[in-house]
Amino acid sequence: MWSLSQIAGSIHEWLSTTFNPTIALVLEMVIAGVAIIGLFAVLGLVLVIMERKVAAWIQIRLGPNRVGPKGLLQSAADTVKLLVKEGMTPDGADKFLFNLAPFIAMIVAMLLMAPIAFAKDFQLWDLNIGILYVSSVSSIMVISILMAGWSSNNKYSLMGAMRSGAQIVSYELSAGLAILTIVVLTGSLQVSEIVQSQANGWWLFKGHIPAIIAFVIFMIAVTAETNRAPFDLAEAESELTAGFHTEYSGMKFALFFLSEYVNVFIVCAIGATLFLGGWMPFHIGNWDAFNHVMDYIPSSVWFFGKTFFLIFLIMWFRWTFPRLRIDQLLNLEWKYLLPISMVNLLLMTALAILGWHF
Amino acid sequence: MFLKDYIKEVYGAVKSLVVGMRRTGYYFTHHKEIITEQYPDNRDTLKLADRFKGEVVMPHNENNEHRCTGCTACELACPNGTIKVITRFDITPEGKKKKAIDKLVYHLELCTMCNLCVTACPSDAIKMAQTFEHSVYDRNKLTKILNNPGSKIMEGVE
Repeated sequence: MWSLSQIAGSIHEWLSTTFNPTIALVLEMVIAGVAIIGLFAVLGLVLVIMERKVAAWIQIRLGPNRVGPKGLLQSAADTVKLLVKEGMTPDGADKFLFNLAPFIAMIVAMLLMAPIAFAKDFQLWDLNIGILYVSSVSSIMVISILMAGWSSNNKYSLMGAMRSGAQIVSYELSAGLAILTIVVLTGSLQVSEIVQSQANGWWLFKGHIPAIIAFVIFMIAVTAETNRAPFDLAEAESELTAGFHTEYSGMKFALFFLSEYVNVFIVCAIGATLFLGGWMPFHIGNWDAFNHVMDYIPSSVWFFGKTFFLIFLIMWFRWTFPRLRIDQLLNLEWKYLLPISMVNLLLMTALAILGWHF
Repeated sequence: MFLKDYIKEVYGAVKSLVVGMRRTGYYFTHHKEIITEQYPDNRDTLKLADRFKGEVVMPHNENNEHRCTGCTACELACPNGTIKVITRFDITPEGKKKKAIDKLVYHLELCTMCNLCVTACPSDAIKMAQTFEHSVYDRNKLTKILNNPGSKIMEGVE
């Protein structure tokens, strides 16, 4: 059967028979890098048009419908526009940091792609602390935002960056605790093992109510971490004009824009891996016939289906809920989400020790 | 007691969020009614609200007659000098002098569509039209003369 891991395997075989091992390894790295950049470009195009269409449908509008069939090429046209625009650097800005910040945002997003399992046996780097790696690297993201806000030499940018700092630092706690509840169940930080442990059912169903609470908290926390509405205080179009990327234009702005969407994809992929079984098909206990039918759907389809479902959920949040003020935002984290997720972690630990989960 | 309130608060918050998501989810899945107008495409079938005010016009009947007596009430009512009434004196068959309008100049570029001139008019000579495609390349074209050339006042309007 056709699968991503077979394609990767045959490329690896062909390279290692044609070239010597070192060159083959370098070529494989180059191919992986190009594939990631290609995935970024495709994600940017797809997620922007998806966001606009979902927004339009929720608000009883039509959305983009002029460029291409049903407006599906709108984001391609937007990309061309951004590419030919002038990338300006303000006079008063710290030029080096100003130009560096969008690339840091992009590099962080690329680093986060490494431990994600896109399909069965199809993963760039299956390191044994995969989930820890993801949660630690994703906090570098705030540095690029602070860098952009500070170097712009603009009070609104700085304010947006500071808000973003407070927001990401506090919401990382409950995201981390929600991740820990699943780590407690699996007993491993390795992504492939976490996926493998869900072969007889996803953790969302196997982990009873604590897993569902952890899932909800995880979704809220990652929405805040990616700076999306209803937690979009870093951008705050209404009062800060765009927050940390007010001064950016052209391709440098596009990189920030792209990194936002790629980050949404990544956190949804992590959420799908932890709670919905990653590439693992939908299995129910010992129903062998049912499980067998589910196995016929390729693992990459499962992974992308679950991820896009979670992305849709986050978009649904964005176009439904009103925005929070900064003090309400921090109240929500420190007075509600954090205590709840702590108690939830305790519950889950008891559950795991007593072996009450399936 | 505190814990009870806390849990109640969390429950209420989650419930209200779910209600909101159900509403937007309903809109998302029932994609039939569209509340926006597909404007340049539906120009022929466009239906505007009755209260929509586009510009001031002076209706004329088939004999090229209007109802304006030249009383300048609209000019006085206008808050920003949009209307200028230029009057002249006609000689009636009986040999009397009678006030009539020569031109009723209307500056569309100054008008805020406040409707005060229409309410001030004692003889219903002017009204608000629903046209709204007013953009032109020359600003002078926005200064309009509302009465048709050669028109005169309708019989019986004082």
